[in-house]
Amino acid sequence: MIKTDILIIGAGPTGLFTVFEAGLLKLKCHLIDALPQPGGQCSEIYPKKPIYDIPGFPEILADDLTQNLLEQCKQFEPGFTLGERAETIDKQEDGSFIVTTNKGTKHHAPIVAIAGGLGSFEPRKPLIHNIDSFEGKGVEYFIKNPEKYRNKRVVISGGGDSALDWSIFLADIASEVTLIHRRNEFRGALDSVDKVQELKDLGKINLITPAEVTGIVGDRHVKAVVVSQAEHIEREFEVECDHFIPLFGLSPKLGPIANWGLEIEKNAIKVNNALDYQTNIPGIFAIGDINTYPGKLKLILCGFHEATLMCQAAYQILNPGKKYVLKYTTVSGIDGFDGSRKEAPKAVVKAIN
Amino acid sequence: MEQDVNIKIIDRDGVAHNIVAPTDMAMNLMEVVRSFELAPEGTFGTCGGMAMCASCQCYVISNTVLPEKQDEEEAMLSEAFYVKENSRLGCQIQMTPQMEGLEVELAPES
Repeated sequence: MIKTDILIIGAGPTGLFTVFEAGLLKLKCHLIDALPQPGGQCSEIYPKKPIYDIPGFPEILADDLTQNLLEQCKQFEPGFTLGERAETIDKQEDGSFIVTTNKGTKHHAPIVAIAGGLGSFEPRKPLIHNIDSFEGKGVEYFIKNPEKYRNKRVVISGGGDSALDWSIFLADIASEVTLIHRRNEFRGALDSVDKVQELKDLGKINLITPAEVTGIVGDRHVKAVVVSQAEHIEREFEVECDHFIPLFGLSPKLGPIANWGLEIEKNAIKVNNALDYQTNIPGIFAIGDINTYPGKLKLILCGFHEATLMCQAAYQILNPGKKYVLKYTTVSGIDGFDGSRKEAPKAVVKAIN
Repeated sequence: MEQDVNIKIIDRDGVAHNIVAPTDMAMNLMEVVRSFELAPEGTFGTCGGMAMCASCQCYVISNTVLPEKQDEEEAMLSEAFYVKENSRLGCQIQMTPQMEGLEVELAPES
């Protein structure tokens, strides 16, 4: 059981900044995210795109913002449960919560902050009629452990970065890699496109374009995929394989959080914005893109503000009746949980003669 | 107002909506759909208009002359599902006076 003061669901910019604000109040945080890396949409959808409305940054790449937020909060030693989706929440007799992920990891905290953005990212599944029945039996939408594919025949479909990158990576591990895409053009970093071209020329990647996987053949496990190719004349054939990995990106879904008894409006969680961004369940807060209130704006900078106020409310719940005075970090410095201290250099007081 | 255009949007339930869309607000079709709440929040225009998610895919029914597809849109559509000959990404269609009479149908959620 992982224990913490504030359990944050979602490791995007709002969740990461919560760690910092909570740390200033000596509250410890742990984050859960369905993605294998922190950053949320900033790392999953648009890592290389610039953002122009982060206060103090005329321009910053989404990926750099994530790295900065991780650096800013690191002395408060956040814990991470990555690659797992928060599934259920159980309120305990003392008012605290136990949140369990889809993999069964349990987290215990008195405060839960849902900073889930647009929801958890779920793989976009291609429209193949029998694909569901092969999930976990040779069809995988994520590559978690590449070793699984050692000396296996793998078919990857998709035309973006992940399809390219994994084809390159698995070319050295799998006995056979086939990459199938609807067009001859791929959308990815130039290096990856060139590398796939090189591996194709070396015969290490079998490229089939423009084509599409339209069916899966197998008994209890994938044996082959049906490919329909539309160059010059349309033809259909089978490619024998042990694994079929469709990589068509991820789309966010509110998911299990929708069943937690929270008041939901337009796929977002209603909160009290006049006070502390608490939901209808005391002790559960919702901050960032996932919440809604009159006048809500889904902006990263609004998430930062909401996180800051929410941490104050969490502090009051955890330390009832305790007097609190706001301190500027410039004045008080920052004492990390790791023993580090950051502080403003003292001014030099010296006479000039 | 004279800079407004009349467009018709068929939502995912097949219901047609006649919309008067402004052309002076730098809006694209995806934003028009969202501002008139013709698709549930969170299911349309997920990436905010970067041509990076295809959630705003729609089928163009009228023969309105549209801006050419840029590489990013073309690439994204090549990875999307339910794609047809007349598929476009709503976020790449700016509301200009030339869009008068545009008719589109929203593609299914995927």
